[in-house]
Amino acid sequence: MLSLRRKTVNAVMLSLTGVCTVLAVGTLLFILGYLFLHGGTSLTLDFFTKLPKPVGEPGGGMANALLGSAKLLLLASCIGVPIGFLGGVYLAEFGGSSFSFVVRYTTDLLNGVPSIVIGIFAYTLIVLPQGHFSTLAGGLALGVMMIPIAIRSSEDFLRAVPVSLREGAMALGASKAKTILTVVIPAAKAGLLTGIMLNLARVAGETAPLIFTAFGNRYWSPGWEQPTAALPVMIYTYAISPYPDWKQQAWSAGFVLLMLVLAINVFARMILSKGGHAAR
Amino acid sequence: MAASSTTNFSARPSGRASTFWQRLRSGDDIAYVVTLTCALTILAITALLVFELYKNSAVPRHQFGWSFLVTTTWDPVAGQFGALPFIYGTVVTSALALLMAIPLGVGAAIFLAELAPMRISNALTFLIELLAAVPSVIFGLLGIFVLVPALVSIEPAIRSVLGWTPLFSGPFYGVSIFSAGVVLTVMIIPFIISISREVILAVPAEQRDGALALGATKWETTWNVVIPFAKKGIMGSIFLALARSLGETMAVTMVIGNEPKIHQSLFAPGYSIAAVIANEFAEATGDLYLGALIELGLVLFGLTIIINGLARVLVLTTTKKGAI
Repeated sequence: MLSLRRKTVNAVMLSLTGVCTVLAVGTLLFILGYLFLHGGTSLTLDFFTKLPKPVGEPGGGMANALLGSAKLLLLASCIGVPIGFLGGVYLAEFGGSSFSFVVRYTTDLLNGVPSIVIGIFAYTLIVLPQGHFSTLAGGLALGVMMIPIAIRSSEDFLRAVPVSLREGAMALGASKAKTILTVVIPAAKAGLLTGIMLNLARVAGETAPLIFTAFGNRYWSPGWEQPTAALPVMIYTYAISPYPDWKQQAWSAGFVLLMLVLAINVFARMILSKGGHAAR
Repeated sequence: MAASSTTNFSARPSGRASTFWQRLRSGDDIAYVVTLTCALTILAITALLVFELYKNSAVPRHQFGWSFLVTTTWDPVAGQFGALPFIYGTVVTSALALLMAIPLGVGAAIFLAELAPMRISNALTFLIELLAAVPSVIFGLLGIFVLVPALVSIEPAIRSVLGWTPLFSGPFYGVSIFSAGVVLTVMIIPFIISISREVILAVPAEQRDGALALGATKWETTWNVVIPFAKKGIMGSIFLALARSLGETMAVTMVIGNEPKIHQSLFAPGYSIAAVIANEFAEATGDLYLGALIELGLVLFGLTIIINGLARVLVLTTTKKGAI
C-alpha cells in the first residue's frame, strides 16, 4: 500500500507543476490584456497617419515610424531572404559533406549572437565609414539577423519534401536543378513562406540593433541614406521619456507592435498545422 | 538534423556532359555554384563580424590589455574604462533569472509532457511559444510601468523573509539588478518550457511503465526516472535560455537602473554589457570610448558563443533536433 506521505508528495508536486504552467500561460494573457487596456483603448487613427508632435502638444502619431519599420523590413528581407533561402537549398539538396556541417554550425553560432552585437557590426560596416546613421545600416543589421533563421527554416522545409518526389522527377529525365526548381520548391512552398513570415515577425520587434544604426527621426526619412524612425525604437524612446503624453503613446505603439507580431505568428502556425508535413 | 532524410544523389552534379555549354544548359552547375556561394556567404559574414569587432576594439585593447576585464572604473570623461561592473551585472541578472526560471520552466514542462492531455498540452504550448515571440521592448515597457511599481509594493514582504542576507539590504527604488532578473525570468521561461517538454516527450514509454509497474507513484516515476533520462536535453534548454538572457538588451536596459557600480545588494541599481552598449554607443566620441564599447561587444559575443556551443551539444545529443 502507498504510504500517506508518498501519496501527499505525489499530489503536491504534481499540482505544483500545474501551478507553474498556469503562471507561464497567465503571464502571456496578462501581457495581452494589459497592453490592450492601456494601449489599445487609446489608439486613434491619428496614430497611423500623423507625424509625432513636439513635446507638450497633444496628439500626433507615429506614421513615420511605421513607414520606417516597413522600409527597414523590406531592406532586411532583400538581404536575408535570398542568401538564407539559397543557403538552405545548398544544405538540403547539395549538402551532406563535412562542409555543410561547418555551415550549419556557423549558422547556429550566428543565430545565437546577441542582436546588439549585430548592431555594432552594421555600425562598423556602414555608419563608421559613412559618418552618419541611415536606413541602410539598420536594414543591414536586421538582414544579417534574418540570414541564419532563413537558412535553417528553408533547409528544414525542403528536407521535409519526400525523396520519392525527387526520384520521380529525375526518372523522367529532369536535371537536378530542374527538379529542385519545378518539384521540390513548389512542394515546400507553404512552409518556406511561413518561415519567412515568422522570420520577419522576429526582426520586426528588434530594437537594440537599430538604436545606433537607423537611430531615429522625428520626421519622414526620404530615401535610404538618412536616419529613420522605427516602431520598436519609438516605443523605447517614448517609454523612458519623462512626458506622460509620450508614455501613453508608447503604450499604443506597443499594442500595435505586439498585435502585428502575434498575428503573424498565429497565422503562420495555422498554415503550418494545416500543411501536415510540418518540420520545425 | 536527421541525416537519414538526406537525398542520396551525388553531392556534386556529375559533369558527364562534357562541354561547358552543355553543362551550363542543364543548370546543375549553376545551381550548385549559386547555392554554394550563399552558404559561403554565411561563413564570410561570421568571419567578418569577428574581424570587425576585433579590429575596431584595438585602441582600448592596447591601452588597457587584460585589465579591461577586471577593473571597475567606467569614466568616459577621464578616459578610464573597466568592464567589470557590466560583466558583473550581466552574469548576476542571468544567474538570478535562471534560479527562478529553472524550477518554474521545468515544472511546467513536466505538467505539459506528463500530465496534461495532448490536445490541451499542445494548445498551452502554443500560447507559451507565443510568449517567446513577444518583442523584448514590450517586456521593457511592462517592466518599467508594471513590474517595478509592483516590486516596490511587495518589497517589505521580500525583505521580511530575505532581509537578513546582505543581498537584500539597502534602499530599494524599483530599478535594480533584482528587477532585471525578474524580467529576464519571464523572457527565458518559454525557451526552457518548450524545449524541455520536447525532450521529456521523447523519453521512451517503457521507462515510465517499468517504474509504475514497480509501484512508484506518478511523481516518483517522473522525478526519478523520466527527468534523469531527459537530463541532458533539459540542461541544453537551460544553456540556450542562459545565452538568451546574457545578450538580452532592451528589457534589461529599461529596468536595471544603469549605474556602473558593483553593489552587494540585489536591490541596488546596476548595469549590464548589452545595456551600456545600447545607452552609450550612439553618443560615444573618440576611438577609445567607442573602442571600449565595441570591446564590450566582443566580450558579450565570446560569452554567448561559449554558452550556445555547450547548449547545442547537449540538446543535439538527446533529441537529434537542433531546436530553435
